[in-house]
Amino acid sequence: MTEPATSAPREDAGRGVQVRLDGLTRVFGSVKALDGLELTLAPGELVALLGPSGCGKTTALRILAGLDTATSGRVFVGGTDISGVAAHKRDMGMVFQAYSLFPHMTVRHNVEFGLKLRGIDGGKRRARAMQMLELVGLESQSDRYAHQLSGGQQQRVALARALAIEPSVLLLDEPLSALDAKVRAQLRDEIRRVQLEVGTTTLFVTHDQEEALALADRVGVMRAGRLEQIAPPEELYSKPRTEFVAEFVGLTNRLPAYVSGGAATVAGSRLPTLAGSVEEGRGTALVRPEQIHVRADTDGNAVVSASSFLGAISRLTVTTDDGAHLVSQIPRTSVQGVTAGDRVAVLIDPAPVLVIGA
Amino acid sequence: MAKPASRIGASLGLAPFLLYAAIFLIVPTVVVFVRAFIVDGAFSLEALASLKKASMIEITKNTLLLSLATAVVGALIGAVVAYVVSTANPNGLLRRFVTSASGVLAQFGGVTLAFAFIATVGREGVVSRWLDGAGIDITNSTWLFSLKGLMLVYTYFQVPLMVIVFLPALDGIRPQWREAADTLGASTWQYWRHVGVPLLFPAFLGALLLLFANAFAAYATAAALVNQGSPILALKIADALGNELLGNQTSVASAIALEMVLIVAVVMFAYSRLQQQTSRWLR
Amino acid sequence: MRASGATKRQQNQRLTRWVTLAGVGVLFAIPIYSMFEYSIRITPQNKQTWDAWKAITQNEQLSGAIRVSLELAVLTVTGMLLLLLPTMIWIRLKVPWAKRLVEFLCLLPLTIPAIVLVVGLDNVMSWVRYLTTPGPLALTFPYIVLVLPYCYRALDAGLAAIDVNTLSEAARSLGASWTTVILRIIVPNMRSAILSAAFLAVALVLGEFTLASLFFYDNMQVVIVLIGLVNSSISVAVSLAALAFAFVLLFAMSFVGTRPKRREARS
Repeated sequence: MTEPATSAPREDAGRGVQVRLDGLTRVFGSVKALDGLELTLAPGELVALLGPSGCGKTTALRILAGLDTATSGRVFVGGTDISGVAAHKRDMGMVFQAYSLFPHMTVRHNVEFGLKLRGIDGGKRRARAMQMLELVGLESQSDRYAHQLSGGQQQRVALARALAIEPSVLLLDEPLSALDAKVRAQLRDEIRRVQLEVGTTTLFVTHDQEEALALADRVGVMRAGRLEQIAPPEELYSKPRTEFVAEFVGLTNRLPAYVSGGAATVAGSRLPTLAGSVEEGRGTALVRPEQIHVRADTDGNAVVSASSFLGAISRLTVTTDDGAHLVSQIPRTSVQGVTAGDRVAVLIDPAPVLVIGA
Repeated sequence: MAKPASRIGASLGLAPFLLYAAIFLIVPTVVVFVRAFIVDGAFSLEALASLKKASMIEITKNTLLLSLATAVVGALIGAVVAYVVSTANPNGLLRRFVTSASGVLAQFGGVTLAFAFIATVGREGVVSRWLDGAGIDITNSTWLFSLKGLMLVYTYFQVPLMVIVFLPALDGIRPQWREAADTLGASTWQYWRHVGVPLLFPAFLGALLLLFANAFAAYATAAALVNQGSPILALKIADALGNELLGNQTSVASAIALEMVLIVAVVMFAYSRLQQQTSRWLR
Repeated sequence: MRASGATKRQQNQRLTRWVTLAGVGVLFAIPIYSMFEYSIRITPQNKQTWDAWKAITQNEQLSGAIRVSLELAVLTVTGMLLLLLPTMIWIRLKVPWAKRLVEFLCLLPLTIPAIVLVVGLDNVMSWVRYLTTPGPLALTFPYIVLVLPYCYRALDAGLAAIDVNTLSEAARSLGASWTTVILRIIVPNMRSAILSAAFLAVALVLGEFTLASLFFYDNMQVVIVLIGLVNSSISVAVSLAALAFAFVLLFAMSFVGTRPKRREARS
């Protein structure tokens, strides 16, 4: 995209800056919302903070925005300590969960608002606002008011408004959680496209793992005010470092395992173990449904108890003869003709697994 | 959908309420309108013409001034009080205390407030005595029982009424708006100038109109305080009703009542329009 | 709530709050305090006495008027609920097109000053006196009109908070009659709204002066003014007691009534 035309171009415009949260702790009364959080975002990177409600992800984002103050710890943007800087001087674009558009201003005036505060004159302001609205595909709605827009459109305007000021950092606080599933997926992809286009360093907070995996360069899983693991989506999914991460991200089967010599024996298959696994002896292996294959076999050791059709893939629930329930999620074509009640053989892909204490 | 017969049957369920409203609300209003045009049993504009007498115009002016002044003062102070209460915990004791106290003073007021001020700044009032001790003598003054006194006492029920009426609008202000303005670079002053005040202005104006109508219609406080003359319209109506020696006085009372209803109706209409605007923004 | 974790803005707001409320609070407390001091001293000897407070129960004219006001309050609340509640439920269930009409009528008394009602009500009141009672309790009928706007709002808020249609369809499908639906399903679910409406009506009736005075009935407020012409200490004492009573009533209501709208919680 062309360099946005506004006054005083910054040296970092369009390329993004590094953001570092250093030992952030936030105490509300007797509750520790953040407990020494450490997080660094590379210039232009999109990091998603993922976790259950109350894990501190929103608090982290609000402290970065300056809307909340850390009990201790510091915030660096582009190498400068901004911990003491007031929110309105931080130059950050933020998109809220919902209803954040000013209801008495048109869409265009909403987008222009930040520019107006910066004393940019009318003509330039308008051009920039229209350019931003074009970026989110809403240039035709510029004279409408928030109450005339759908929820998805409102969030696009909020995104355009946040980006109009060429923020050093873009902050997204569960921006999709109030939308319908379909609009959510669409807007999710759009946010990613726009973010790549402007190249702004972005922190995205969500409780929806699918959203985080689809969108982010790296996903940080939070629990009780700390980062449990931060990694690119594929790595987080295939190499969870803790039980919490494995359970929170994606579906997981829990199978009895026996570890010896750096490999685990699970349901007859030998699988390599991931770092952080039990070193030796009995444990529980956390196996992804994609790793579990079934094949129709009258001599098999399991019975299909339910099967559901999910489009290109099928999900089968099987019960082994020793009473364990497994979920398998595999391409539909590979289990054509297998229905509930059929006897099947179970095979496990030899991908690395995490084995936790039994 | 439903059969016509059952629809009529369903409507009959409203009959008791409608009948009641007709007898105790519509009939008296219509009677006032009609009587204003009838003097001694015949159609006449005489009663309405009496509204144009200099003394009546003076009373109308007084009433408008009293209502406007106390509405403006009450709205300004009340808005500030409502704002500081709105930033407190919505289920906290402070808010419950302030809203309950406001409810009592705004709606229970009347006679009670009149006596509160007799006890405070009346001839033997507590504050009058303090001031007397300080060398300022108001104990012999009758200002409390005149228009000035009414202004002071009315303000005491206008402020709490504003608190009650304005709080819901303030609750409609979403915290996201303040935070969005923050992240976009607005200082506190800029937030209020560009976002807070424009958003609240229709609600403020609406509340001010309600306060105006409230003061305009009030009778009890004035009746309890003022014992000489009738400086405001409500007192003049009572005066006319009590004066049965002069034949056409119910007509005069009706004519003044008609004037009051029309003024209040205009004000309340404007109020409801502003309310609609507010409900679109602040919900 | 977040005592130890308040942000700077919250701290600033708290400071402004207490400074403002202290200032305005003092202005409003002075007349209230003055009432108290005034009621316990006797002029001109300037000696303290509780005579004015004792008179509240000993003065027969006054205690009679207080009883009248309390009876009026009870009757008005009963009448208001009997008239308004079935109508409002019926509208939601059966005749939604009539909602605007009924709302308009209920809010109309805000536009028609009480003093104006007095001017137009004399014939109607003659009939009421002839058909029911010549005594002060006849005021119940116009009082129901006076409390309509406030009670309508309270009840409407209560009805809006429950899904009347779904509740009644569910009950009807289980075989309940309409009476059962209203009395056993809807009313119990809006108990707090009914209570608020009742409390508001009580407060309004106890404070009413205009109608009673101009129809020549002695209710509490009218007698307060009458006595005030002779002995203002007693009037001030009763006024203060009435204010305190109304405050307790509304304060209690704030705990059972519909709560102020909660702001969205965040994670």
